Amino acid sequence: MLQSLLQNILNALQWGSFYSLIALGYCLVYGVLLLINFAHGDIFMVGAYIAFFVCTFLLGKFGLIPGLPGWLVMTLAVPLTMILTAVVGVTLERVAYRPLRRKGVNRLYVVITALMCGLILENGNLALLGASRKSFPTLIPTHVYHFFGVTVTNLKLMVIGVAILGFLLLQFIVSRTKIGMAMRAISYDRFAVPLMGIPADTVIVFTFVLGSAFAGLAGIFFAMTYPVLDPYMGALIGWKAFIAAVVGGIGSIAGAFAGGFLLGFVEIMVVAFFPSTFRDLIAFSILLLILSIRPTGLFGVAKSTKI
Amino acid sequence: MKRLSVPALLAVLFAVLVWASQTGALNIYWQSVIMFMGVNIILSSSLNIINGNMGEFSCGHAGFMAVGAYVSSVLSVALFAKSAAFGQPLLPPSLAVWFFPVILLVGGLAASVVGLLVAIPSFKTRGDYLAIITIAAAYIVKSTIENINIIGGARGFMGMGSVMNAMENTANLPWMMVWVFVGTVFSVWLIRRFIYSTFGKGVDAISQDEIAAEIMSVDTNHIKLVAFMVSCGLAGVAGGLFAHILGYVNPGSFTILKSTEIMVMVYLGGMGSLTGSVLSAILVTLLMEALRPLQIIKWVVIPLVLVLLMQFRPEGIMGRRELADVFPGLRKFYKFKG
Repeated sequence: MLQSLLQNILNALQWGSFYSLIALGYCLVYGVLLLINFAHGDIFMVGAYIAFFVCTFLLGKFGLIPGLPGWLVMTLAVPLTMILTAVVGVTLERVAYRPLRRKGVNRLYVVITALMCGLILENGNLALLGASRKSFPTLIPTHVYHFFGVTVTNLKLMVIGVAILGFLLLQFIVSRTKIGMAMRAISYDRFAVPLMGIPADTVIVFTFVLGSAFAGLAGIFFAMTYPVLDPYMGALIGWKAFIAAVVGGIGSIAGAFAGGFLLGFVEIMVVAFFPSTFRDLIAFSILLLILSIRPTGLFGVAKSTKI
Repeated sequence: MKRLSVPALLAVLFAVLVWASQTGALNIYWQSVIMFMGVNIILSSSLNIINGNMGEFSCGHAGFMAVGAYVSSVLSVALFAKSAAFGQPLLPPSLAVWFFPVILLVGGLAASVVGLLVAIPSFKTRGDYLAIITIAAAYIVKSTIENINIIGGARGFMGMGSVMNAMENTANLPWMMVWVFVGTVFSVWLIRRFIYSTFGKGVDAISQDEIAAEIMSVDTNHIKLVAFMVSCGLAGVAGGLFAHILGYVNPGSFTILKSTEIMVMVYLGGMGSLTGSVLSAILVTLLMEALRPLQIIKWVVIPLVLVLLMQFRPEGIMGRRELADVFPGLRKFYKFKG
């Protein structure tokens, strides 16, 4: 009993790590722009696909440099994937969001555009690469460790470690660096910031770079853990990561991180005790409940409107 | 004379459609396209209450459609058809013609009750969060349906075809065309009445400024509740019609893609313009049929249309205007009493 509980907790930590990494990206963009970047889940999907192409490009006999060992490919692929995914995210911002922001239209239009961009990414991917699922190459051999009858793979530990490190890095950037200060300033008052000589657009692009890079990071580790890729993998995970961010209180980084792990725990425990088809049902019901009781989430602060 | 002009026009249109379907002047394909036009008109004009007139952002409309579709299908099959799930029909199939509108309305009522899922949180939340809630509601509906085994779960549910056949045995008419027409006219009439009523003015007030409306003694919660329930209920009616046209429903037809389709119609027509949503529903249905050979590319083109629309003409075809604002000469035909 205790063993299975421990095992479930470990699984939940791993599952929650993915949610946390994606939720952090949601949280950053929302915190700065007050925009729900609905395409974020699909950027995660694009990240997984980019990781797939980068790895197959580097790995194997016909790779760029033949006979690269797997661990080296991984250390090369992680930054490359992050950079390329960031490029995709920034492109999206440039092409779709920025013109709308410049025009100063209703925020609703930006949200619709984001939603549609996500659909374009999904179905464009399906149209370009076909419906056949890609299987991700194995990069590092799996080691299984046993502690007290609980099995842990090295990959699982790596994922959890990466999530925690990523969270600490983000926390550091946002609270200790100059650009983080600029980000906080923009989220506080978007109209006063350019008057202070802060290049608002640069900061917004940097936000998208950070968020998308984290989505790419989640993508590559997700692909390594569950090595089957399909174009719709990002949709549901993206929604749920967003739920995690909302439950934590959107706009607070610690909240997004905690919310991701909370959702991971809830889902794994549901699967442990109920039939697995109930997973989405219960996750979304919990979201509805939390939003009905606390519209600002667990860590969120209620904003008052001046009249 | 002028007062009767619109009903007369509708009656002529109705007669022409029924005659053309009956004699085969319209082939089956065009019949189904016209029926889907009707369903889409109901869907887009009902979503327009929330997304256009109230200025909220609901993107889970397909979920409520699914509720209506399933409730009315299960009812009609249980009452009038022999099926594996429910055994012998409870009523003689010859009664199907009389009970069908009742079944549709019950489906609509069920959908509007599920609409409470969205309406109650909407008292507290606005904007983006409400969008999430609507999507969550749609997902909840979809996965609930998938988890109920007696109605086929993810495999879908069928058997409505025999109910249609029973109707045609009673009186040899293209019944589905008749019901879609009646349902569409009823929905548009209801929505028009709703928008021009005191309630509709309240909905407008909420879209302008909720706090100010609250201060000016508009009962915002009540109005939101009614608006959501009317909108979701009509979506349920549309879902019932949709299910009976196809003779088969499965949860997979009510995904975010279906909601997107409806949203495209609303925003293409213009937010808060009933005429616009009717026109754009007709246009988008034709566009969908034209894009059908493209298969998956269709789902790249349609979002792209919406993105471009948001960039270059966010107000859509009509903006907030009705047909009578474009052609003032029409006003004397559209007069409301009071």
